[in-house]
Parts: sequence; C-alpha cells; structure tokens
Amino acid sequence: MTKRFASGLEALGGVDLAIARGEFLSILGPSGCGKSTLLRIVAGLSKPTGGSCRLRLGGRAEPSLPAGHIGFVFQDPTLMPWSTVAANVELPFRIARRGRIAGRVRSAERDRAAASLAAVGLAGFERSYPHQLSGGMRMRVSIARALVTGPDLLLLDEPFAALDEITRHALNDDLLRLWDANRPTILFVTHSVFESVYLSTRIAVMAPRPGRIVADLTVDLPQPRDRSVRTGPAYAAMCETVSAALAAAMAPR
Amino acid sequence: MDRALRILAPIAIGVVFLAAWEGVVRLKGIPPYILPAPSAVAMSLWVDGPSLMGSLLVTLRITLAALAAAAFFGGALALLFSRSRILELSLFPYAVILQVTPIVAIAPLIIIWVRQPFLALLVCAWIVAFFPIVSNTTVGLNSADRNLLALFRLYGASPGQVLLYLRLPTALPYFLAGLRISGGLALIGAVVAEFVAGTGGAETGLAFRILEAGYRLAIPRLFAALFLLSLTGIVIYLLLDLLSRRLLRHWHESAVSEEEEE
Repeated sequence: MTKRFASGLEALGGVDLAIARGEFLSILGPSGCGKSTLLRIVAGLSKPTGGSCRLRLGGRAEPSLPAGHIGFVFQDPTLMPWSTVAANVELPFRIARRGRIAGRVRSAERDRAAASLAAVGLAGFERSYPHQLSGGMRMRVSIARALVTGPDLLLLDEPFAALDEITRHALNDDLLRLWDANRPTILFVTHSVFESVYLSTRIAVMAPRPGRIVADLTVDLPQPRDRSVRTGPAYAAMCETVSAALAAAMAPR
Repeated sequence: MDRALRILAPIAIGVVFLAAWEGVVRLKGIPPYILPAPSAVAMSLWVDGPSLMGSLLVTLRITLAALAAAAFFGGALALLFSRSRILELSLFPYAVILQVTPIVAIAPLIIIWVRQPFLALLVCAWIVAFFPIVSNTTVGLNSADRNLLALFRLYGASPGQVLLYLRLPTALPYFLAGLRISGGLALIGAVVAEFVAGTGGAETGLAFRILEAGYRLAIPRLFAALFLLSLTGIVIYLLLDLLSRRLLRHWHESAVSEEEEE
C-alpha cells in the first residue's frame, strides 16, 4: 500500500502488513514516518493512492467495516466539550440512529455506555463535563467511547503521548486489561519503545521518507502482563532489540 | 471581595467624576447651554422622563427588531456559507462592502427607497448589525475539531448529524460573541438612521429628541436623552452577556467560572 499526498509528499512507500485477529500490534517509529497515515487508511478515513487495505470480519475481506466495528482513539481526548461524559460516550449510538435526527439513545445503550465508563474506572462521572476532568480521565472517556460499540478493531493513535508517566502507566495497564477481556484486534501507534514492548504481541518498526516497515518483531513475553514484566530481563532484552531496530530505521540510508 | 470590587470600583469612579463635574460647573458658573451640571441633567431626566421614555421605546423597538433580524439572517447566511464554499466566496465580499460602507452615507438612499419609515430604519440598523454575526458564525461553523469530524465519519454520521451534533454547538460561542457586538451596533445603527431620517416618521425616536434638544439649546435634555441611550446600550450588552453565559456555562472557557476549574 502506498500513499502520496497532494503536496507530493510520499507518506507511505510500499507498506505490506497483515494483522491477525486478536493481535495487539504496535506501530513504532519516529515522528513523520507515516504511522498516523497508516492508521487513518485502516480506519477508512483516508484512501491509499496505491494498493489497498482490506478488513475481514466474517467471510469476505472488505475495504471497510460497518460503523461501530472500529474504535478510534486520537492523541487528544477529542471530546465534545458541550456534552456530558455520558453523552460523549453515547455518541456512536446517537449517530447510529439515523432515522430520527435527534433520536434518543435506548436505555440498553445507556447501560452499555455506563458499563464502558465503569470499565475505564469512571463510574459515577456520567454527568460531569469534560472540562471538570483531568487529562488522564478525559483520555479514559475517549477510550470508553471507542469501546462502547464493542469494536472488533481498535485503533489508537499515540493516545498517551500527552500524559505524564504515572497516568500513562496506569492507562497502559487498563488497556491491557480491556484487551484481555474482549480480545479485539488492536493497532497501537506509538513512539515509545517501552510502551510498545510492554503492551503488544507484535511490533512493526517504521522508517520515514517514505514511510515503510523495516522490522516486524514478535514480543515473546508472558500473558497476561502486569507491572512485574517491566523489571524482568526478557523485557529489557526485548526493549534493546526494538531500540536497535528503531535506531537502524532512523539511520540515514 | 473581587466581585464587590468589580461593582464598587466603577461606581466610585462615577461618583467622583460626577461630583467633580458638578463642582466645576458651579464654581466656574458655566451656563447650562454650554455644559449642564449633572443635577440639571437629573432634573431634566425627571421632568422630561415620561416623554423621553416614549421616544426610547421607539428606538428600542427598531434596535431589537434589527438585532433579531441580524441574528436570524446572519445565522442563516453563515449556515449557507458553511454549506457551500462557492456561495461563501461569491457573497462574502459583498457582505464586507456592506459593512465598510458608512451607514450615514447610504441611509438617505434607503429612507428614499423604503417608503415605510419603520422598515427603512430597521434596514439601516440591520446593515450595521448583521456583519459580526455572519462573519463570526461562519468561522464558528468551519472550526469544528478535525478529529471529531473524522470520528463522526468513522461512525457513519449523515451531514445533518454532523451539523446538528458538531458544527452548530461548535459555532454557538462564536455566534454569541457576534451577537454581543451586534447588540451595541444595532442601537448605533438605529440612532444614526434616526438622525438621518429626522422627523421622517410619525413617531420620534430618541435620536430625534437629541437633535431637537440641540436646536432648542435644551442641553440638559440632550444630556438626559444621551444618558438614556447609553443606559440602553449597557443593558442590551449585559442581557446578551447573561444569555451567553447561561448557554455556555457548562463548557466554554469564556463562561466556566474559575472555582469550577481544577
């Protein structure tokens, strides 16, 4: 798959990647290597200029999945500031009710939104507004919204890059727990080696100009993971391997 | 403390200013047709109050009608602009031309063209008032968060849903900011139009009373009318500000009180 922007910039130059169902794949690379572009193409928000991206739900592979099967988490929480936390999380349901433009959310859907919020540790914050929450809590709301439809594919675009390390570690563990519970396929874009090793089952290392995958590494660490993994020798060794691959990717050709 | 200061400090300044004014006028014996003392203005306000209030009502009616028309047509035009780039590109320059043309210069024409006096004044005030709403709301409708737009697309939202759930709420603070500016402008537009129109109609607004008082050297009454006019402007602004705070209190930076912030 390739992607060239109208400006002539070659964002992706021949990316060939197959992702298995239930995988937690991190896409690791320096800024500007086309990670986000790749993610947007997978989400169907952008079209590749060459090649194609196909997603398989049941039988045939399609260029896109029906609405609600993909969850997306941006680098910013991307919440609607005028809506309560609950209304933000219920947004996918509200949009799905296309028949009536101002359709009300069913009570079953309301329950799912509450359950999704509880899953990220925000039970009781339904009626709060985003500005009343901390940065980490807002990001949790964003994750709850992405999970509320029970997606088969979860796309995360450097979701924790703007958070402090303590919050980041907490959210890492939350994400692992949520992945373990339903095993959606996760595509996780990051520029943190440690984060990618800790979270994923597989890491694709990307190099910039043009964006391409230069290393495809399997992370062989025990599942389910917890914080004790971070101190083990296997973790350190894997981080070293990934760092070396990243350094090779950054080196001028 | 801060709240009390916010109210008391301007009042104190006002009292000092009025006292100094009164003192200077009395000490120097300035005649009232040059500069009336505040006490004389207050007296005139008391005596001519009822008749001035009637005129104020005339001006106020034009102002509020013009503001309502500006809000409605300004909002509708902005909505149209946000739907069609071609329309925006082709019409926006004319909105700017209408805005930069001095209303004093075109008011006589409008008064000749539009025979109905109330309507003529309304059109003048509307021309002055509508631009901030159009330009602000257009910007607001186009400043929806790019990621939120992507999210709406991801969930298959229709254009109507994007407008209703995303673009309109995003534009609301911009629209309200425009409305606050337009409130004052509508009043100015109404007064200017009345000045140009003179006695034009059967009813006489506050602006005409100012002119009339000037001709008759009834300067205290002129000041009283001016006072009423500024008071009206302030009240309009405060009401619109209150409306804006009410509507945005839950979420917008401009309305969220500091205690609520963490």
